[in-house]
Amino acid sequence: MLDMKQDFFELFGLEPRFAVDLDRLEQAYLEMQGRVHPDRFAHLSDAEKRLSMQWATRANEAFRTLKSPLARGQYLLELKGVDPAFETNTAMSAEFLMEQMEWREALEEAREAADEDVLDDLARRIRRDTKGLVEQLEAEFDTAGDLEAAADTVRRLKFLEKLQHEINDALTALES
Amino acid sequence: MALLQISEPGMSTAPHQHRLAVGIDLGTTNSLVATVRNGVPQCLQDENGKMLLPSVVRYLPDGTVDIGRSAQTAQAIDPRNTIVSVKRFMGRGLKDVAHVETMPYDFVDAEGMVRLRTVQGVKSPVEVSAEILKNLRQRAEHSLGGDLTGAVITVPAYFDDAQRQATKDAARVAGLNVLRLLNEPTAAAIAYGLENASEGIYAVYDLGGGTFDISILRLSRGVFEVVATSGDAALGGDDFDHRLFCWILDNAGISLPSDRDSRRLLMKAREVKERLTLDESVPIRTALENGDEVDLVIERQVFAEITANLVSKTLKPVKKALRDANLSPEDVKGVVMVGGATRMPHVQRAVGELFGQTPLTNLDPDTVVAVGAAMQANVLAGNRATEDEWLLLDVIPLSLGIETMGGLVEKIIPRNSTIPTARAQDFTTFKDGQSAMAFHVVQGERELVSDCRSLARFELRGIPAMVAGAARIRVTFQVDADGLLSVSAREQTTGVEARVEVKPSYGLADDEIAEMLKAGFEHAQNDMEVRALKEQQVEAERVIEATEKALQADGELLNEAERAELDVAIAALRSSAEGQDARAIKIQLEAFNRASNEFASRRMDKSIRGALAGHKIDEIRI
Repeated sequence: MLDMKQDFFELFGLEPRFAVDLDRLEQAYLEMQGRVHPDRFAHLSDAEKRLSMQWATRANEAFRTLKSPLARGQYLLELKGVDPAFETNTAMSAEFLMEQMEWREALEEAREAADEDVLDDLARRIRRDTKGLVEQLEAEFDTAGDLEAAADTVRRLKFLEKLQHEINDALTALES
Repeated sequence: MALLQISEPGMSTAPHQHRLAVGIDLGTTNSLVATVRNGVPQCLQDENGKMLLPSVVRYLPDGTVDIGRSAQTAQAIDPRNTIVSVKRFMGRGLKDVAHVETMPYDFVDAEGMVRLRTVQGVKSPVEVSAEILKNLRQRAEHSLGGDLTGAVITVPAYFDDAQRQATKDAARVAGLNVLRLLNEPTAAAIAYGLENASEGIYAVYDLGGGTFDISILRLSRGVFEVVATSGDAALGGDDFDHRLFCWILDNAGISLPSDRDSRRLLMKAREVKERLTLDESVPIRTALENGDEVDLVIERQVFAEITANLVSKTLKPVKKALRDANLSPEDVKGVVMVGGATRMPHVQRAVGELFGQTPLTNLDPDTVVAVGAAMQANVLAGNRATEDEWLLLDVIPLSLGIETMGGLVEKIIPRNSTIPTARAQDFTTFKDGQSAMAFHVVQGERELVSDCRSLARFELRGIPAMVAGAARIRVTFQVDADGLLSVSAREQTTGVEARVEVKPSYGLADDEIAEMLKAGFEHAQNDMEVRALKEQQVEAERVIEATEKALQADGELLNEAERAELDVAIAALRSSAEGQDARAIKIQLEAFNRASNEFASRRMDKSIRGALAGHKIDEIRI
């Protein structure tokens, strides 16, 4: 019997690896929502409505997790029992800490300049670096099977995502 | 002796029953009801052939309530008892409402949702809205010739939890079974997308009487997926009227108009605003109570200038939604304009400039939301074959979080998460033997609690005694397909279910709603018990019908004993539904739901297996 303990890859019939065929993922997700979404159960019994909400919630959570490279990497580490230890700086290399400082300075300068172009340029650089890290992560998970290295890359991705949010906030603030 | 029923050849013996379902656009300025008849969506008219019902409710001294056009005309003579734009008060406290000083109402300053003192006593915005919904329900039942199975009620996409809950409560008070709360721009996208077989990224710019929404959707065959939404729940056509009203006061040298004059001038302002859509300049002539005359002329250009910052206020959420969706304006294939206020030429111009294309105005901005809601109601009522249905994936507009130390917000569910969605968060105790914990749930994007909307406070009680930090209390936030939040909590180490007592910040308590329901029925000289009995009977019939249909399709999922058990449960429910005891039916229904639980979950499993059938089985089993 199927149950909610299945992992997200199983739920969509995908192999548990970092490289994911996004079209196939989306197709499996839409197929599943087509069957479990609450709109299909609005005229049925309360028991069915409740089940439908639980399954649709799970399908959304699974899709959200597998779609994003960062969330997917984090989830794969979790499945393999590796804690990425986001809260502790000790796990980070000196090189990465230096990089963080440089990014932070760049963001501060762009903020002070209050210049949309400078912020946009920074956002572009972050996207480029993110892309590189995602490729690296794929090799670490799927080819080398080096979970320690993967955990480090996931931490870097997490930092870049946070930075991206801060740039978006700064851009929003500029518009007001 | 019962006659044998013979059906037409080619038809099943149990002809598919068309369930009466409607879509209701509960607007700030006007409300509408629509349905799908013979496969064609249409707005229903009142006895005078009008589709739009002005969202105006007047309480008269003789205990009657006047709704719509006649109430609207009375607003200048009886402003205090004539409530307009009540939607602006839904789920809101007095301090949240803009321009209270120019409003002619007798506000009751109390905690929680704002109240209005009328000649018929203190009214909550929920009750006022319920009057509008009741009127539309009666119109629909009269026009369709039967009781409604259910309704889809639209809400602004940017409505927060309190505003959504207030809308759902109003529907309950009006005696409507809410099939779904549907976001207005999403409803418009359904109507537009199906009509034009659109595919690609679309933006819906919805400027209503009192609310502004922008939704970015990805349309593909059979799927409507909201990617991001943003807006301003207190910005709409009303504000343009108000600007013009202030301009008139300034230019006519009026400093303190009476309530009646205020209403008269506001109505005049709206009329002039509408005329400026077609005319380059419009005269403003009216007489005041003290005999003074207003005699002015306004140019379209001047109106555009005095309202320019309102227009640019709408562009900010548009940019935010695009950024959240990770898209640029040029990725958008079409911009659908919704809401009467989008008729203003300078609004269309500004939107056109931002997106670099002429907005789509080839549909009626007043009716498109109700039409889309009716189409969705038809699907939710089960009137369409499953293979003809479309899939709607909507999002939550504002992040949900809880207050942490120092008045900061910890976000639990980020905005633009696809609903339904749930997140769990673990908390622990900080004192030995601590048995209770208090939480404050807020909604919004800011970091400080004081900058977000307070939704509710709740307490967990019955945490088992443990040393500080040992308890692990998992609090789960669930947002359902209506965008409404519910909270549950469980202590993980002992499995003890903590009791959650939610005190909504701007909502109504259950007993208040029960009280309103009672008042409504007394007023209508109706017997509440008869109504309650009927509701339970209808519900029992619905459940029996659905279960029998499910048994026909998937009966093999039960073994003989289980099947016999379920058959007994159906028979018990049926015989209780034939009786006259509403409470007995309710108890029987609950028992039935428990009995059918296992069958329901096996059916769900079968359906999900079907979804995976296209994939190789070795990919599933690792």
